Amino acid sequence: MAGDKDIMRAGVVIFPGSNCDHDTYHVLKHVLGSETRFLWHGDRELKNLDLVVLPGGFSYGDYLRTGAIARFSPVMDAIRSFAAGGGYVLGICNGFQILQECGLLPGAMLRNQGLKFICRHVNLRVERRSLFSRFYEPGEVLRIPIAHNEGNFFAAPDDLQRLEKNGQVIFRYCAEYGKVTDSANPNGSLNNIAGITNEAGNVLGMMPHPERASESCLGSVDGRGVFLSVFQSVQERARGGAAGGI
Amino acid sequence: MANISYSSEVLDRHGITPEEYRRICGFMGREPNYTELGIFSVMWSEHCSYKSSKVHLRRLPTRGPCVIQGPGENAGVVDIGGGLVAVFKIESHNHPSYIEPYQGAATGVGGIIRDIFTMGARPIAVLDPLHFGFPDEPKNRLVLEGVVAGIAGYGNCIGIPTVGGQTVFARNYAHNPLVNVLCLGVTNRERVFYGRAAGVGNPVVYVGAKTGRDGIHGATMASEEFDEKSQEKRPTVQVGDPFMEKLLLEACLEAMRAGCVVGIQDMGAAGLTCSTSEMGSRAGTGIEIDLDLVPQREEGMSAYEIMLSESQERMLLVTDPEHEARVKAIFSRWDLDAVTIGRVTDDGRLRVRHGGEVVAEIPNHALTDDAPIYERPLSKPAYLKKTAAFKEDSVPPPDDWHGCLRALAASPNLCCKRWIWEQYDHMVRANTVVGPGSDAAVLRIKGSPQLLAISTDCNPRSCYLDPAEGARAAVAESCRNIVCAGGKPLAATNCLNFASPENPEVMWQFAATIDGMREACEALGTPITGGNVSFYNETSGSGVFPTPVIGMVGVVERETHIMRSGFRDFGDLILLLGSEKVSLAGSEYLERFHQRVEGRPVAVDLALEKKIQSFLLSAIREGWVRSAHDCGEGGLLTAALESAFNARLPVGFELDLRSQDPPHRGLFGEGPSRILLSAGEDNWRKLQESARKEGVPLRICGQVIPEVVRVMYNGALLISESLAELFNIWDQTLEGWFRN
Repeated sequence: MAGDKDIMRAGVVIFPGSNCDHDTYHVLKHVLGSETRFLWHGDRELKNLDLVVLPGGFSYGDYLRTGAIARFSPVMDAIRSFAAGGGYVLGICNGFQILQECGLLPGAMLRNQGLKFICRHVNLRVERRSLFSRFYEPGEVLRIPIAHNEGNFFAAPDDLQRLEKNGQVIFRYCAEYGKVTDSANPNGSLNNIAGITNEAGNVLGMMPHPERASESCLGSVDGRGVFLSVFQSVQERARGGAAGGI
Repeated sequence: MANISYSSEVLDRHGITPEEYRRICGFMGREPNYTELGIFSVMWSEHCSYKSSKVHLRRLPTRGPCVIQGPGENAGVVDIGGGLVAVFKIESHNHPSYIEPYQGAATGVGGIIRDIFTMGARPIAVLDPLHFGFPDEPKNRLVLEGVVAGIAGYGNCIGIPTVGGQTVFARNYAHNPLVNVLCLGVTNRERVFYGRAAGVGNPVVYVGAKTGRDGIHGATMASEEFDEKSQEKRPTVQVGDPFMEKLLLEACLEAMRAGCVVGIQDMGAAGLTCSTSEMGSRAGTGIEIDLDLVPQREEGMSAYEIMLSESQERMLLVTDPEHEARVKAIFSRWDLDAVTIGRVTDDGRLRVRHGGEVVAEIPNHALTDDAPIYERPLSKPAYLKKTAAFKEDSVPPPDDWHGCLRALAASPNLCCKRWIWEQYDHMVRANTVVGPGSDAAVLRIKGSPQLLAISTDCNPRSCYLDPAEGARAAVAESCRNIVCAGGKPLAATNCLNFASPENPEVMWQFAATIDGMREACEALGTPITGGNVSFYNETSGSGVFPTPVIGMVGVVERETHIMRSGFRDFGDLILLLGSEKVSLAGSEYLERFHQRVEGRPVAVDLALEKKIQSFLLSAIREGWVRSAHDCGEGGLLTAALESAFNARLPVGFELDLRSQDPPHRGLFGEGPSRILLSAGEDNWRKLQESARKEGVPLRICGQVIPEVVRVMYNGALLISESLAELFNIWDQTLEGWFRN
């Protein structure tokens, strides 16, 4: 892999209707110093990238189902190959929904249990160190905002069991000091699941918005660790370290 | 003109008086055809022409050193330093929101957002001042729920944060809810675009959604009262598509960045008609368009329908021949129609072709500058004599302070509105430093040190009881809220919501409101840069309180100046800055416990107001202040409770007050120019010294303590409560109304 491994190369996909593309680009480029560019939904090729981010928003206006149309964009084929080759893919909120629609992540997002859009800070417990969470301590509690109408994670019982057994659950909604409770669950997600990876561990989807918790002026910097974790994983791989899960 | 071809029913349906019809014939030199009649109908409607309000609006101060564009364009523009400008305006979408709450509110959001990006600014925030009937009535709950869902649905999808506003409940809004929406954007000083059709021969390009039959005569509907048959007006409510508008926003900004835009205006009220005539009027040119070229989503639309359609998410753009192809390419990349439908001409006319013929031809000035201007009769309202006869001593104290506090915490006007604003994505675009629930919202601008503070304010009870005073108070309060956030107020936009202008008492209220606004804007140095007037907010003779909402924009010099309303630490001193004068007149206390709206609100001493704002801003910049909160509805005790509720720690407070006023007046009486501060004990000396030098009243009235609310009044312990219990009531009340 060519390129200076002290810089991470990131791409943020813009679908028609993406809203958090600029926010995510700003954090990656201006706050964390990554070499970052925008990727158009129509692009068929992805070159020279370590990380691809599918940002939050209302791609295609959430027509039909959230993420249902975006998953047919030409860029998704390229992302599928990129992921198969071990590249890191991060789906945030609508990005998570798109990854589920195209089968890169299991499960589906249903309407919030309260039937209303919710925008507020929540507490997340880091379940374990993974390629996307190695920057944190297992059990650490993060304060990161959610903003969604369809964030109620659902998976069929077998899939859910497999996810848990494989350690694919990375973030769970929890109370202030880390206890995973019903009252701490803002949207009814099964097992309070807020973020998961695929089996190989190189694709992560999370409903909360880490890019909104990466600068102190906005109230919390707990989200930075997600991006910094990927950066660490990229560096380690460049130095010949393990590419898979840890 | 001896004969009039139209029956009085037709003219009436078009909202055109016989006298107005005669004037139209005068301008045209003949009778207008039906399409032309429709065009005049919407352009001369109250909503578009401001015919009843213009003579009064002229009295408002609209100029100032920071004002780059005042009223007359799609939004106001003010210089905020560092080569940047703020572009902002507030508008109403009242009548549609009663007929169809979700779409009425949603399209209100869509419309004001377009008014901002048409000026070249990327919208960064939305605020929604809302006014409803009390939530105990199921219909009022339905309207509120629909309106909030509509604002959320539109704003969240298009990705612009809704960061503030207000929710006011009063009986008079039951059949006439007021839905005002403010939008704020930022751009570079040299990259502002105007709604001017400049350059004879230039192509006029229609961009955005296809035109359908929705919303025809929306402008006319907004210019009439409601009656029993109001539900039949449903087809006049437009339907919004925020995804379409998101694409339109991105494409327009891209076309502007690429240097392709000569002039641009959104198609809002009165759609194609308004945009063509106004753009021509402003530039002193004319526009000729061919309706056969207009993208349509329904078949067989007549010229009348196409010209009057208020289909959403459409813009009219003037480019030049060299850039015409580039414009099309940009819009095509975003999957939007961009069709050249006409040219800029030099004859000052709006000329419309359809099916190969000219179907309408009207001098622009007749539709815009020469629209009728009325000096409606004024008459001081009879009710004022009655309400002014209020006797302060006639208000008994509460039987039970314990119950009284709980009732106020559960009052719809005072309770926490979190249930509403958590439905809004108030964090998208990652610029919201202070969001909903505080005195003013604060937004950062990436790459610049200064931040923008913005607030919308109005106390309708005060405006009802004394329109001029209520207006002064609204301006003063909005400036005060900016200062409480650490900012310097710069300029304002205004949304004036009133009942029928044909009622001399209402017109009197309007005129008095303008006078009050003028005085306060001049005294506080905050000119009006534009806004909206909404008349006819009444049903079957019963109208709304005068509701002049002021949207104030200010600049916070740097992040370290940002101030919030929540108490910060145990031991901090609680201070009252400003006037001692309060009254139960028009207070929340009086309405909540005695169902009375009476009295005359305490007058604003504008000189004092200016001094306390200046003092507070300096003190904040010096770092002597830990929290600041305007004392508004509910009086001093409510302000203290809110400061405790908004704190991060489980704080309570102890107040030790001494006053000649009886306790319920001292604690719940309302008055302007009062701010509740908290400060570390070590900064008291400096504050006291500075206050003395500036000649502003500042006194210690209590201290922040853990968890308990204690109030000593003239030496006697009046109140001792657990803050947590009061917080739960305050926090859960609104959700309780809607849980079923």
